[in-house]
Amino acid sequence: MNVKIRTEKLTVRFGNNEALKGVDLDVCKNSITGFMGPAGSGKSTLISLINRMIDFEDGVRIEGGLSIDGEDILGTSVDVVGLRRRVGTVFAVPLPLPRSIFENIAYGPRLKGINKKSDLDDIVEESLKKAVLWSEVCDRLHVSALKLSGGQQQRLCLARTLALRPEIILLDEPCSGLDPISTAKIEEALNELKKDYTIILVSNNTKQIARACDFAAFFYMGTLVEFDQTEKIFTNPRVKQTEDYIQGKFG
Amino acid sequence: MRVNPRFTDALVRHFLNLQAYFTVGLLVVIVFIIFIKGISNCSLSFMLTYPEDMGRHGGIFPAIMGTVFLAALSIVFATPLGLGTAIYLTEYTRESRLTTIIRFGVESLAGIPSIIYGLFGFIFFVIKLGMGWSLLSGALTMTIMILPTIIRTSEEAIKAVPRNLRIVSHSLGATKWETTVKVVLPSAAPGILTGIMLSIGRAVGETAAVIFTMGSSLRLPASLMDSGRTMAVHFYILAREGISMEKAYATALVLVVSILAINILAYYTMNRVIAKYS
Ligand SMILES: Nc1ncnc2c1ncn2[C@@H]1O[C@H](COP(=O)(O)OP(=O)(O)O)[C@@H](O)[C@H]1O
Ligand SMILES: [Mg+2]
Repeated sequence: MNVKIRTEKLTVRFGNNEALKGVDLDVCKNSITGFMGPAGSGKSTLISLINRMIDFEDGVRIEGGLSIDGEDILGTSVDVVGLRRRVGTVFAVPLPLPRSIFENIAYGPRLKGINKKSDLDDIVEESLKKAVLWSEVCDRLHVSALKLSGGQQQRLCLARTLALRPEIILLDEPCSGLDPISTAKIEEALNELKKDYTIILVSNNTKQIARACDFAAFFYMGTLVEFDQTEKIFTNPRVKQTEDYIQGKFG
Repeated sequence: MRVNPRFTDALVRHFLNLQAYFTVGLLVVIVFIIFIKGISNCSLSFMLTYPEDMGRHGGIFPAIMGTVFLAALSIVFATPLGLGTAIYLTEYTRESRLTTIIRFGVESLAGIPSIIYGLFGFIFFVIKLGMGWSLLSGALTMTIMILPTIIRTSEEAIKAVPRNLRIVSHSLGATKWETTVKVVLPSAAPGILTGIMLSIGRAVGETAAVIFTMGSSLRLPASLMDSGRTMAVHFYILAREGISMEKAYATALVLVVSILAINILAYYTMNRVIAKYS
């Protein structure tokens, strides 16, 4: 197994509230790892450590280690802006920037200094195709992104992340507000993408985890209860709590 | 007895409508009166020629240019300073005693009558720094006077930009500065522009503080160190000293029409910004 992201005794506190309690987890390269667990179990907190968006929160205390390709990413000397280009994020609500479809996707590449029209054209087309959105918007790339439907906006956000050419893609409940068809399209896109990327998919829908993920992690109140191949977790969980959660007994 | 809610609703709506019409009506009446009184003396040559005999005859070309210079210079000085302060207060610092003090200072400055700014400008720029009655003294004084407006309107506009947009920008690998320039400022542009428009209005309409610092020379200012006269000052002197009410109203007409024109121009620029970033 080829480890891309590794956490070691990772503990996070917001004031007195322990959001993560000594999490040890290895996320495998070129696979989709699902995070599940009831609200408040620490899934988003772990995501926000990997892209260091946690820097925008106040009163956070972090202990333990978190590394990508064996390199620590929690230290103060880490180039956070560079890290966020390697780690793309799709949030729960679609958040298009108030500008055109094209400019949304070109936003990241432009920041990297890619300004040539033909280069940007290529990146935009490639990203939209990978996000299974190209056929729906190819004739109106210069229309405001706010005019798209919610499902299209979320795929636009995925395309925008892909345009960064990241190594890792984090999706924090990306389908929570979407209809089944849009959800299916996102899953279709992710299944193709895992060849080239390491993907973490947070979902409160255990069926989606079972469908889409190679590995599954079950979190409960800040603890990583169980982590294994999806198949094993769903057919033969080691911990009773995991089984109860999957069967919908709580959460 | 219970009043029919539909009835109260309608009543309130009509009342608010009435207020809106009243405000617009007032504006129309003012512009109309100035138009009637000023139009007979207003012509292209009135705008393009120099005044004679204290303004009793001739045109107002130097006053138009004086107004443009003063307004443009104060906006050029005040916008970067005010916008910078607003950006600092909203994006680059947390609430602290320092920001409270800065905000308190800005609020206080906003409440000071313009004549006090004039007096300060006279003592400090004209006398102490030896700039004399000059375009520069006037512009610097106007800069201080309009700074609070620009800071407050910009700050409100920047604060109104959703936090999520900043989050997204950072998640795409933007630095704080890139996020500010590429996402926050475009979204806040309409509000910022409103503040600039209000400020232009104040600088263009000011008389007392301008007379104190820029003087009231009728010559066209040829450098920053020359004295000059704005249209508002010209109008004030013509009317106050009974030189020529006809010329005064004609001046007022040019002044009002140019302010309207600037507002319309700003409105269109704003719409283009909005169209691009939506
Ligand atoms: N910014 C924050 N400030 C304070 N507490 C927070 C913050 N973010 C998350 N928490 C707390 O951390 C715990 C884990 O939250 P989160 O990671 O959002 O869970 P999940 O995404 O699994 O629903 C919760 O108890 C939550 O209240
Ligand atoms: Mg969450």
